[in-house]
Amino acid sequence: MSLVPVQAAEVPRKFDLAIIGAGPAGMAAAITARECGLSVLVVDENAAPGGQVFRAAELAGADPALAHDMAPGLELIARFRALDITYRPGATLWMLDPDTGTLSLARQGETMEVTADRILLATGAQERPVPIPGWTLPGVMSAGAAQIALKTAGMVPSGKVVLAGQGPLMWLLANQLIRAGVMPVLVETRTQPILRTALEAGGIFSGFGQLAKGIGLILKARQAGMRVISGARHLRAEGSARVQALRFEGGVEPCDTLLLHEGVMPSTHISMAIGLEHVWDARQLCWRPKLDVFGASSHARIAVAGDGAVIGGWEAAVAAGQLAALDAGLRLGRISRADRDFRAEASADALLQARALRPFLDALYAPSQEVLAPPEESTIICRCEEVTAGSLRWAAAIGATGPNQAKAYLRCGMGPCQGRLCGSTVAAVIAETRNVPVEEVGHFRPRAPYKPITVQELAGAQLGADRLS
Amino acid sequence: MFRTRPDHRPETVQVFVEGRALMVPEGSSAAAAILISGLSSIRETAVSGSPRLPWCMMGVCFDCLAEIDGVANRQACMVQVAVGMRIARQHGAREVPR
Ligand SMILES: Cc1cc2nc3c(=O)[nH]c(=O)nc-3n(C[C@H](O)[C@@H](O)[C@H](O)COP(=O)(O)OP(=O)(O)OC[C@H]3O[C@@H](n4cnc5c(N)ncnc54)[C@H](O)[C@@H]3O)c2cc1C
Ligand code: FES
Repeated sequence: MSLVPVQAAEVPRKFDLAIIGAGPAGMAAAITARECGLSVLVVDENAAPGGQVFRAAELAGADPALAHDMAPGLELIARFRALDITYRPGATLWMLDPDTGTLSLARQGETMEVTADRILLATGAQERPVPIPGWTLPGVMSAGAAQIALKTAGMVPSGKVVLAGQGPLMWLLANQLIRAGVMPVLVETRTQPILRTALEAGGIFSGFGQLAKGIGLILKARQAGMRVISGARHLRAEGSARVQALRFEGGVEPCDTLLLHEGVMPSTHISMAIGLEHVWDARQLCWRPKLDVFGASSHARIAVAGDGAVIGGWEAAVAAGQLAALDAGLRLGRISRADRDFRAEASADALLQARALRPFLDALYAPSQEVLAPPEESTIICRCEEVTAGSLRWAAAIGATGPNQAKAYLRCGMGPCQGRLCGSTVAAVIAETRNVPVEEVGHFRPRAPYKPITVQELAGAQLGADRLS
Repeated sequence: MFRTRPDHRPETVQVFVEGRALMVPEGSSAAAAILISGLSSIRETAVSGSPRLPWCMMGVCFDCLAEIDGVANRQACMVQVAVGMRIARQHGAREVPR
């Protein structure tokens, strides 16, 4: 793996386009932006390019459990690495001033500031929280967490593994685990019927390629002998010091590791912190930044692309990244409007194609109300401050009208995660208690630093600022 | 609770989890090293004292805050292992400088 340390002094401090995130959206945007002649900075917290879908692809590409899935990513990464793009891995954006275009970055104890004329957030998605009773027990993880462990380190859970929840990623992980020598049991929470959902949502024909892939994953896992329990409700993780079983209505599955998943939603932490306008997506049940077709946001300098904008999968993320880069080319005067629009056509087509199946997937795998707003009073919602559903309902009943007000009563959202994980649940529980639509109760307003920075780094930032002035 | 697959990830790095030497695959995060080590928890919560291990492995939940090479409150899932890295449980409240 190449992880070349970058000396602060060697890196230019001003770029045409700064991209946060080296996933498919960020890499594709960087490639297109270079082709338009822009100087490009790409920063990513991770040690290597790939984002979530192609996480550590350069290491995982030869692993038989993952090789097939990583192949398209390796191609993209190779094109990305071949170009003259300033790529800084292992660097976290912890503060962004959109008005001046200043990015504050932290990397291994050092912080630095760079500026850019245009900034693209390509920070991707995160998994929805799955707040069932017992989800804080050691041995219970998100499905994505196990997948990240497999991609980055080739490791797998030992002992008996239960996958519980729903979504395309669940079936993908099941197949990857099977290929890696682990046979999980899948406890599916899907409540929507496949056929009727398909007929109502549409997109089956234009999205046929993706549909065939998805069905292939389901068939392969079943052929390999994976046991599937369908329509499970009222899940709870049981155990004392660690998880020992998953219980659900009508059954119980003993396990050493329980992997939960209920789909993904845009990571809006940064886009909300800098005050971009967001809209509630009633189909994907999440907030997302309000954008035009090129990904331009409500702030004149900022664009957003990929699954951080709207969940569409990696192929949609590539197309959206290209569109945002072309728009940057126009805005910074490197290409004409006609040129932008001409070049945008292929990407716009690809975007439509990639998103064709989404309405069906969103409807089929819509999380149930018990996942969005856990009914049981004692269920922990905020893992940081151990706030329960019951206490949140109490706060909502006595006057907490939204997540930001709930903070004052309960500290939820004030722990280290700043509400990243509990935010959607807090809003859903308050909305349910007040009997109003969830978009009406609003969302947490995060603020910088987006990530904890060490005292050492803060001191470094001070030094850096002195050096600059 | 996790096992490695040395046939497919042969390159390893030596780290120390709670003082115990451990070989982990190249590319692991410090949180992954903790999972491989079999440590029963990375911390106990301040309110109820219940044990926790990483939940998301991608920087969202902050359930993996640990002391790494003497620096407290680091997101162990976001720190890649390096030769000789010392990874330790964190005692007391988690504090994040703001
Ligand atoms: C855990 C998880 C696993 C997934 N696995 C798959 C899969 O196997 N197959 C699949 O088809 N889809 C998968 N997805 C869906 C995923 O969203 C893909 O569609 C795709 O990765 C989206 O591409 P993207 O470029 O929009 O974002 P991502 O690929 O998520 O890339 C975003 C990048 O931004 C970086 N970043 C975020 N915040 C900061 C910051 N503050 N500072 C610096 N860098 C930052 C991240 O480190 C990340 O590398 C997964 C999603 C999740 C959450
Ligand atoms: S495990 Fe969730 S932030 Fe590290």
